[in-house]
Amino acid sequence: MTTVVEGAQRGFEESLPVLTRKDFVSDQEVRWCPGCGDYAILAQMQKVLPQLHVPHENIVFISGIGCSSRFPYYVETYGFHSIHGRALTLATGLKTVRPELTVFVITGDGDGMSIGGNHLLHAMRRNIDLNVVLFNNRIYGLTKGQYSPTSEMGKVTKSSPYGSPEHPLNPLRIALAAGATFVARSIDRDTKHLEETLLRATQHKGISFVEVYQNCVIFNDGAFDAFGDREVRQDRMIFLEHGKAVRFGKNREHGIRMNGYLPEVVRDAVSDEGLLIHDATNPNPALASILVELAYPDFPVPIGVFRDVVSPTYDELVAKQVADARAKGPGNFEDLLRSGETWEVQ
Amino acid sequence: MTTESQVHPDHAVETLDRVTIRFAGDSGDGMQLTGTQFTRTSAVFGNDIATLPDYPAEIRAPTGSLPGVSGFQLSFSSTDILTPGDQPDVLVAMNPAALKTNLGDLRPGGLLIVDEGEFGEANLRKAAYASNPLIDGSLARWQVIRINITRQNELALEGLPISAKQKFQCRNFYSLGIVLWLYGRTMETTVKWASDRFRRNPDILDANLRALKAGYHFGETTELFHTRFEVPAAHVRPGTYRHISGNEATALGCLAASIQSGLPLFYGSYPITPASDVLHELSKLKNFGVKTAQAEDEIAAMGMTIGAAYGGALALTGTSGPGLALKSEGLNLAVMTELPLVIINVQRAGPSTGMPTKTEQSDLLQAMFGRNGDSAVAIVAPATPADCFAMALEAFRIALKYMVPVIFLSDGYLGNGSEPWRIPAVDELPKLTYHFAAESDAGGQFNPYERDPVTLARPWAIPGQKGLMHRIGGLEKSGATGDISYDPGNHHRMTLTRMGKVARIAQEIPSLQVEGPQQGELLVLGWGSTYGAIASACERARADGKSVASAHLRYLNPFPANLGDVLKRFKKVLIPEMNTGQLSLLVRGQFLVEAVPFSKISGQPFKIVEIEAKIDEMLGLTGPFELQFSPASVLGGGRS
Repeated sequence: MTTVVEGAQRGFEESLPVLTRKDFVSDQEVRWCPGCGDYAILAQMQKVLPQLHVPHENIVFISGIGCSSRFPYYVETYGFHSIHGRALTLATGLKTVRPELTVFVITGDGDGMSIGGNHLLHAMRRNIDLNVVLFNNRIYGLTKGQYSPTSEMGKVTKSSPYGSPEHPLNPLRIALAAGATFVARSIDRDTKHLEETLLRATQHKGISFVEVYQNCVIFNDGAFDAFGDREVRQDRMIFLEHGKAVRFGKNREHGIRMNGYLPEVVRDAVSDEGLLIHDATNPNPALASILVELAYPDFPVPIGVFRDVVSPTYDELVAKQVADARAKGPGNFEDLLRSGETWEVQ
Repeated sequence: MTTESQVHPDHAVETLDRVTIRFAGDSGDGMQLTGTQFTRTSAVFGNDIATLPDYPAEIRAPTGSLPGVSGFQLSFSSTDILTPGDQPDVLVAMNPAALKTNLGDLRPGGLLIVDEGEFGEANLRKAAYASNPLIDGSLARWQVIRINITRQNELALEGLPISAKQKFQCRNFYSLGIVLWLYGRTMETTVKWASDRFRRNPDILDANLRALKAGYHFGETTELFHTRFEVPAAHVRPGTYRHISGNEATALGCLAASIQSGLPLFYGSYPITPASDVLHELSKLKNFGVKTAQAEDEIAAMGMTIGAAYGGALALTGTSGPGLALKSEGLNLAVMTELPLVIINVQRAGPSTGMPTKTEQSDLLQAMFGRNGDSAVAIVAPATPADCFAMALEAFRIALKYMVPVIFLSDGYLGNGSEPWRIPAVDELPKLTYHFAAESDAGGQFNPYERDPVTLARPWAIPGQKGLMHRIGGLEKSGATGDISYDPGNHHRMTLTRMGKVARIAQEIPSLQVEGPQQGELLVLGWGSTYGAIASACERARADGKSVASAHLRYLNPFPANLGDVLKRFKKVLIPEMNTGQLSLLVRGQFLVEAVPFSKISGQPFKIVEIEAKIDEMLGLTGPFELQFSPASVLGGGRS
């Protein structure tokens, strides 16, 4: 991972005013339910934004519909609260015409994986330089408690009184399949990890996709407790670090290794030998694909950066085509109007 | 230019005011090219021209089959021409299938040129002919000229180092040669074109030119033709002309809007017939700073366009009917956020996927009302292919001035049809103005929904401007501040304001012009691509001494401010439309006049004679008029 901050990458002057968390708090009253995981994500984002070193007015938040999509009202930047599932399309249009802007897309498991699923695939495939944060609470909150595309099979909700008959999607598997160049996961209650992950995502050039496990206190309370609770977290989650063995446990005493093409847990692995060594920068997504499949209770749940690779971005390529064409000679409109066969009438 | 007319002394020459020719053959026979070449030649000669290409819906239907027939119709004239013609005077049929699918349209007594070399048993069977029409007497109503084009062409190309298939493909140039001769045209334009087109392939060039000349000389030497025809040059406005199709004109008009405003053009689109050509045209224009995005679907194309408008680009999306349905939710977001953008809808026959390659005007009500809530957008509609240029510019002018989405309703007939276009000088074009809000206008507190008192437009505050950070979205806004509001009185006022803003556009759009008597018996009112047929029919009726006026709407929402007054001045109002009466419904609803709809929903444009007949019915000169449809016509669109 690069250590250069985004602002410096983009050539902004060091003389930008120093901003603080408070500069990114809007005058709007936050209306999420008390105890909602969204508060933690908002707070960490407001801490990350001053660290971007980009002009304040160049930051835009775009969202779709859902509890998470209220986010833009609460950050003091430009904001666009759009319609169901379409935030990525607006963001793509905006970034294409204004590549100098830093654009965030805030979405949820319903907005991003269900009604807007197609746009997510194509934004990732294009590798447009957007920062996508998907709040995954495995439930529809704003519409008051129906199962979502990430809800576990058999889940009893208002719209599935006999249990959901649907297989859930794994957002990170989709992200990798679609060719996302930065894929990460974090969890609302580990605020330090969340802040670091969001910061790294924003520093990535190209699309970044961060799934945040987020607790819905009203309709799906405790969805991530089994592995996310403070007491069990070390044993039931893996904190991925690039270049290091994939380990977990209070003293990182356990590890993951491959047995044929399947991963398995190694208890009390003394040496790193034979363990998977995490490599987020490998262009081949095979290792990341194995890691995103690890799920509780069979495995500890990995969080952190799964993939972080460099690839040309859509907005850059589009801008380059225009620049190259203009370098060969900017268009002459009179000539264009007169192109093809013309004739004079006296 | 009369020197181009080289009429052979051996043939009688008849001077005509107007001729309509249809070239029809298998889709692999190059009929579009033949038609285009004849069109260019006639345009350069100085005729006024209108054309209508027609392709099969299938990309490659089996050779010789009925669905594989491709046609190209053009009308050229010594006077102002408004449509590609009703019934062809001449039909060139390159095989039995082409004959079968087009004969129904040929004027009785018209000239029928057939390639008799293609009327073998196999081809007759593919065209479902029980007996050979060339010998069974079924063509007695027409002047049939049988030429074994296949054989003659083969002989002309004997010894050339190209394959038999390549030789066969030169038949279209042979037939073009015959028709050029028949109308006293030179081969110069086609020779010039071919020399450029085939410059890297001298053998093919040689073959095509030989075929062309052989056809031409065949006409000259054969005894088959008793008469040649002359269509003198038309009196058209001086200037430099080119041919332009509606879709090309639309793309150029949008680029003109970019140049005249100084804003970079963004086009987000998903390929769809018959609108894709706009994407093809604009994607070539990167040297003008145009950015095009081929979206993953219609919805994404709409969203990208909203994002581009939000970012301060000249934002455009384009589609055809079913795509507009998909865009409607996004379009409503643009209505709510009051962002300037243009949506091109090149209409096609619906509902659902309907008939993609056939024309219709049946999306007017979708454009007008196809969204949830009380949601007004501005709607403009070009009247002719070249008018697409002016109306595209106009669509953007309105969008920028009033901060509204504007729908541009073209159709397949306009988009694919073409006509000569007097190229405007760039300094003749209107300047388009816009204003990005700046911190200095805000005076402390920036209110994204504070309005211009005249246009009711809200400020265009694009990201990147200091001091203007704000939030917008699809939820109802509090007037001025733009914060979310569920206040009852506010929603009432905001809804009326959004509707009223669109209504105010009427304050500055041109008044509706009436052709013919300014008051009296009958007004024929139209919109969109029916212009040529309506105006021609009314002209003819007036020439026959009937009191008939015509008027054509290029602004559908809002209507020109004088429309109500115009309607009141006539006893009867007839509205011909390629739908079941959508404009009629709007006119009746808004003005309480008994407008009579005249509907044609066959995928074909109106014929002049059909509107003339309906006029006679309206004037009480004849009984009720019923449309007749020729089932097998190619250009008529009888196929599925």
